[in-house]
Amino acid sequence: MFRITSAPLDPEVLRRELLDSRSGGYVTFEGRVRDRNDNQEVIGLDYEAYAELAEKEGTRILEEARARFGILAAACVHRVGHLKVGELAVWAGVTAEHRGAAFDACRYVIDEMKARVPIWKKEHYRSGVSAWLGDGDGKSTEPPAETKM
Amino acid sequence: MKKVWVSYYAILRDRAGRAEEAVETGAETAAALYEELARRHGFTLPAARIRIAVDGEFAAGDTPVRSEMRLVFIPPFAGG
Repeated sequence: MFRITSAPLDPEVLRRELLDSRSGGYVTFEGRVRDRNDNQEVIGLDYEAYAELAEKEGTRILEEARARFGILAAACVHRVGHLKVGELAVWAGVTAEHRGAAFDACRYVIDEMKARVPIWKKEHYRSGVSAWLGDGDGKSTEPPAETKM
Repeated sequence: MKKVWVSYYAILRDRAGRAEEAVETGAETAAALYEELARRHGFTLPAARIRIAVDGEFAAGDTPVRSEMRLVFIPPFAGG
């Protein structure tokens, strides 16, 4: 299950949903907002997603992980909205009978998610500049244009 | 001319000043439509750096544009 949510992520709840009596090994990844990037002090992030496609592609990635690594289950949830330093942006969890497959699959899920799932982050820096990451010309000191329909 | 629905995210939404719009276009392909909209809205990202989604799925730039299609132009992303 790959989900986009605007609610804060609770790893304990997500763990309980994933584990069962077959789970010999459980590996998770938590991606959190750091206080620095590229030598600048980060004060917050905005995440946004093209949710319809993100959930489809994310689900495909989880299915690939299950097929490729022989694991029991995998799940990943990504939060959107405004996040502060230290907050949890993404959680991925994998269960397997043994630890090797669990580590490998969890790595795969996060690496593929970052490469293939349409989620954007805008970093806000202490300097007042903010920038869309993954975009060479995204740096701007101007507030975003008003959204008009 | 065909009428299609275009959604924007991130840097493209900031530049276009809107999250979505209905577009009347003579563009033959999705990539050609992007170039038309790039000129209209002043997008600086070249088509080569944009991924395209049609009706909720990734699609190639040479996908023919049809009436009522839903298109999303996906700028470089960074999740996680």
